[in-house]
Amino acid sequence: MRKILEVKDLVTRFYTFDGVVHALSGVSFDLYKGETLGIVGESGSGKSVTMMSLLHLLPSPPAKIENGQALYYGDADDKPDTNNKPDADNKPIDLLKLNKSGIRKIRGGKIGFIFQDALSALNPVMTIGRQIGETLIEHLGMSVQQAKTRTIEMLEYVGIPEPQRRFSSYPHQFSGGMRQRTMIALAIACNPKIIIADEPTTALDVTVQAQIIELVQRLKKEMNMSVIWITHDLGVVAGMADRVVVMYAGAPVEIAPVDELYYNPGHPYTIKLLGALPKIGEKESLRLESIDGTPPDLLSPPAHCQFAWRCSHVQEKCWKIVPEQKEISSGHYAACLFDFADKTPIPPLM
Amino acid sequence: MVKRENMDTNSTGSTVSNQMTTGLAVDEKQETGFWHFVKYIGKLLARDRAGTIGLVMFVIVVMSAIFAPWISPHDPMKQNLRYAKKPPAWYQEGTIQYPLGTDNLGRDICSRIIYGSRVSLTVGFFGVLIASSFGIVIGLFSGYKGGRVDNIIMGGVNMILALPYLVFVVFIAAILGSSLLNVILIFGFTDIPIFVRITRGEVIKMRASGFVESAQSIGATSNRIIFSHILPNLIGPIVTIATFEMSAMIFYEAGLGFLGLSVPPSVPSWGNMLAIGRKYLVSYPWIATFPGLAIVFTGLGMNLLGDWLRDVLDPRMRRIKK
Amino acid sequence: MQRYIFSRLIQSVCILFGVLSIVFFMMQMTGDPVSLLLSRHATPQEVEALREELGFNRPIAIQFTSFISKAIVGDFGKSFRHQLPAMDLILERLPATVELASTALLISLILGIPLGLISGSNPGSFWDLMSRGTGLLGQTIPNFWLALILILVFSVNLGWFPSFGRDTWTFMGMTLPTRSVILPAFSLSLFTMGQLIRFTRSAVLEIRSEDYVRTAYSKGIADRKVYIRHILRNASIPLISIVGVQFGYLLSGSIYIETIFSWPGLGNLLAESIGNRDFALVQAIAFFSSFVVVALNLLTDIAYGLADPRIRYE
Repeated sequence: MRKILEVKDLVTRFYTFDGVVHALSGVSFDLYKGETLGIVGESGSGKSVTMMSLLHLLPSPPAKIENGQALYYGDADDKPDTNNKPDADNKPIDLLKLNKSGIRKIRGGKIGFIFQDALSALNPVMTIGRQIGETLIEHLGMSVQQAKTRTIEMLEYVGIPEPQRRFSSYPHQFSGGMRQRTMIALAIACNPKIIIADEPTTALDVTVQAQIIELVQRLKKEMNMSVIWITHDLGVVAGMADRVVVMYAGAPVEIAPVDELYYNPGHPYTIKLLGALPKIGEKESLRLESIDGTPPDLLSPPAHCQFAWRCSHVQEKCWKIVPEQKEISSGHYAACLFDFADKTPIPPLM
Repeated sequence: MVKRENMDTNSTGSTVSNQMTTGLAVDEKQETGFWHFVKYIGKLLARDRAGTIGLVMFVIVVMSAIFAPWISPHDPMKQNLRYAKKPPAWYQEGTIQYPLGTDNLGRDICSRIIYGSRVSLTVGFFGVLIASSFGIVIGLFSGYKGGRVDNIIMGGVNMILALPYLVFVVFIAAILGSSLLNVILIFGFTDIPIFVRITRGEVIKMRASGFVESAQSIGATSNRIIFSHILPNLIGPIVTIATFEMSAMIFYEAGLGFLGLSVPPSVPSWGNMLAIGRKYLVSYPWIATFPGLAIVFTGLGMNLLGDWLRDVLDPRMRRIKK
Repeated sequence: MQRYIFSRLIQSVCILFGVLSIVFFMMQMTGDPVSLLLSRHATPQEVEALREELGFNRPIAIQFTSFISKAIVGDFGKSFRHQLPAMDLILERLPATVELASTALLISLILGIPLGLISGSNPGSFWDLMSRGTGLLGQTIPNFWLALILILVFSVNLGWFPSFGRDTWTFMGMTLPTRSVILPAFSLSLFTMGQLIRFTRSAVLEIRSEDYVRTAYSKGIADRKVYIRHILRNASIPLISIVGVQFGYLLSGSIYIETIFSWPGLGNLLAESIGNRDFALVQAIAFFSSFVVVALNLLTDIAYGLADPRIRYE
C-alpha cells in the first residue's frame, strides 16, 4: 500500500490571553491510499485541530503551527500541475510549508472537507447549486453552465432526489440527511484524493447516520479516495475504518489496525474507552464503565504522561517521562511505558 | 499576553516545563471569594486599557458632582457683569481667576460646568433607577408568566420602541413644563421598555436553558426561583444596559436643555449653557465649547465603561479565549 | 412570505392606532386649548361659545372617535397659530427634512460602512483602532454641539458653507440640494455613522467565524471571493434593518439640527410650534413622524425578508 499523507510531529499552539494552549503536541500518523482511517478521541483531544492545521484553516492568531511536516504524496495519474508541480514526479509536498495559493489548490482540489453540522457549515443565503458550483469554477476552471451540469450530476450521485429542482434550493429547505449529502457532494466535487470527515454524522439520527456512512464508503471505493473519519464514537469506527488513531490531550496514544485495536488494545486509555462502549449481549456488567476525571487543561501540560491522572495502572515513572510511541506489534503503536497488549483480553464486539 | 518562558519544545514536540504543576489547572481557576474577585477585576482592567480610561473618566465626573461646592472656584449663579464675556485664561484678555472664561452675565463657566454635572448625573441616575426598577419587575413578570400577558406587554413595549423617541420626549416635555422632576420622570418612564425587553429576554433565555425547570422540579417556589436563580443572572446585562442608558439620558437631557425644555434656565446645566452659548456663538465661542466638551467627556467615559462592563459582567465571557 | 408581510402589516396598523391614542390623551393633558386661543380678557360666555364650536365640551369618548376618524383621512385640525390645516403645513415642510435626512444617511453610509468593514476585517490593527474611535466619538458627541462647532469653523472662520438656511437650485424641473445641506447633514449623520461602524464591525467579526465561512475556505476559494461572496453578502442582510431604523431616526431626529441651521423642515416646525404652544400642530407632527417611522420599519422588514431566503421561503 502506498502512503498518500504522512504527518510528522505536528505541534499547534494557541496563544491566548490566559496563556499558551498546547493543543497539539507532536501528532504523527500515516494515511494510505484507499483506506479509511478513523480518528477517535474525546472533545478537545485535538482531532479537528489536527485536520484544520493541515489545511491552514485555524484562525491565526491565536493558532500557530510550531513544528511538524505534513507530506502529501500526489498520484502518478494526477494531471501534472504546471504551476505548483506538486505531483509531477511524485515528490511529496509539505502542506504546512505551502503558501496561500498553494494550499488553496489542495483545499477542495486534493483534500475535501466534510464538516460536522451541515446546517451551519453551508451558507444560508446562497443556493446549494452555487455553493457547489463555486468550487468547480475555482478548481477546474469550468464555465457557469458547465459547473451547473456537473453540480446536478454530483447531487444525483450523492443521492439527492430531483437534483434539477434542488439545484436552486437553500440549505434550510433540506432535511438534515440531505444537507449532509450536499456537504459531501461539495467535498467530492473536484475529485479529491482525500476526504476528511469531521464527525459528519453526530447531528443526525441513527438511520440517516448509517446511510451517510454507507454513502461515503461507496464514494471512497468508486472514486478511489482515502478517508479520514473523525469521530468520538468507537462503534462507528469499528464498522467502517481500516485503521484507527486514538487521540488524547493533543497527541495520538495508540495507532492500530481496527481489529487489533478492539481485540488487543495497547494503551490504558483505549482499554478504558472500550470499557465505556455499550456492548450487546453482555449480562454480568449492566453498568457502563466511565472514565474518572477530566482531560488535563492544555494550558500548562506538565512533561509526563497526560493520562497519568486518570490511569488505573499509573506507576511512579509515569509522572516523570513523556512516553514515546513504540511499535508493539506490526503496525500497532502505543504511547505507553508499559505493555498492555494481550494482558487484558476484551471480548469481541459483535 | 503571558508567555511561558520556561517552556520549550523537545524533539518529539511534547513540552517540558521546569515547574511541576498538578496539571489540573482547571480546578485552580474555579477559586472564588472576595480577594479573587478583586484580583480578577484588576487583571481585567490591566488587560483592557479602554475600560480603565472609561472608569477613570466616569469617576472624575461623579467626584466633581459630589464635591462641586468645594472644588468650583466661584458660585455658579453669581453674576459679575464687570467680568462678563471673559475668554478662557490662555487668551490674552483672559484672567486666571476665570480659567474657562465667563458667560454673558459674568458667571464662571468652569464652576457652572462642575455644578452642571450634578444635573446630568441626577437625571441619569434617577431616570435609570425608575426605568430599571419598573422595567425589571414588568420584564420578570412578562417573561415568567408567558402566554397572553406576555404578548400584551410585549406588544406595548414594541409599540413604544417603534415611536420616534425624540419627538415624543420633546412633546411630553413641552406639555409638562420644565422642572428637574419632570425631566427625570419623562426619561424614567419612557425608558422602561428597554429594561422590560432585556429582562424578559434573559428570563426567556434562562427558562430555555432548563435550570428553572430543574429548580421547579426540586420544589423551589416561584419567588425563590425569581430571587435566587433569575435575578442574580440578570445583574450583568442590567448593569451594562443601565450604563449605556444613563449616558443616553445625559445626552437627551442636554438636548432638552438646549431647546429650553429641561431645568429652568437659571440652573447651571450643560444643556442650558449650550443654549446660551448658541446665542453668542460667533463673538464668544467658548461659552458653547466647554459644556459640549463636558458632555463628550462624560459620554465617552460611560460608553467605554459600558463596553468593558459588558465583557466583565457576562459570566460566560470570563474564561473566553480571545 | 405573504404571511410574514401580512403579520407585519397588522402590527404596524396596531402601533399606529396606539400612537393616535397616546397623542390624543396627551393633548388632554395640555389643559384647556381654548384658553390659548382667546385673549386673557375673554368673557366666560365667549370661552363657552368657542368650546361649543370646536367640540371640546363633548364627552371624551365622542371626541376620541371623532379624532380617530378624522385622523385616518389625515385631518388633524387647524394650527392655532397659522390658521391652516396642520397636515398642509407638514407636507410643505417635508421635502426639506427628506433632503436633510437622505443626505445625512448617504454621508453615514459612505463613511460608516467602509470604516466598519476595515475595522471588522483587521481586528486589533491601527485602522481598527481609528475606526472604533471614530464610531465611539460619533455616538458620544452631541449633534447639537457638533453643529455649533462646525458653524464656528466652516462658516464663521473659513466661510466655506452658509451657517443657516436652505438653498436649492432647479435643474430640468427638479429641485436639487446645494452646499447649504452639507453642514447640517454632516452633524446629523454623525450618530448614525457611529452606529453603522460599530454594527458593521461586529457583523463582519461574527460572520468571519461562522462555520460556512470556514467551509468556503476549505473549498479552496480565493480569500477575496470568500470575503465578497460569503462574508459581505451575509453581513449586508442585518445591515438592511439597521439602515432602515436609522433613516427613521434621521427623519424624526433632526429637531436640534434644523433649529440650529434654521432649516425649514419638520423638526424646525415642531420646535416652533412648541414655542408657540400650538399643540394641534405638535400633535400632528408627532403622529406624522411616527407614521413615517412605522412605515419605514415595515418596508425594512419586507426588504429583510426578501434578502434572507430563510424568511422568503417560509
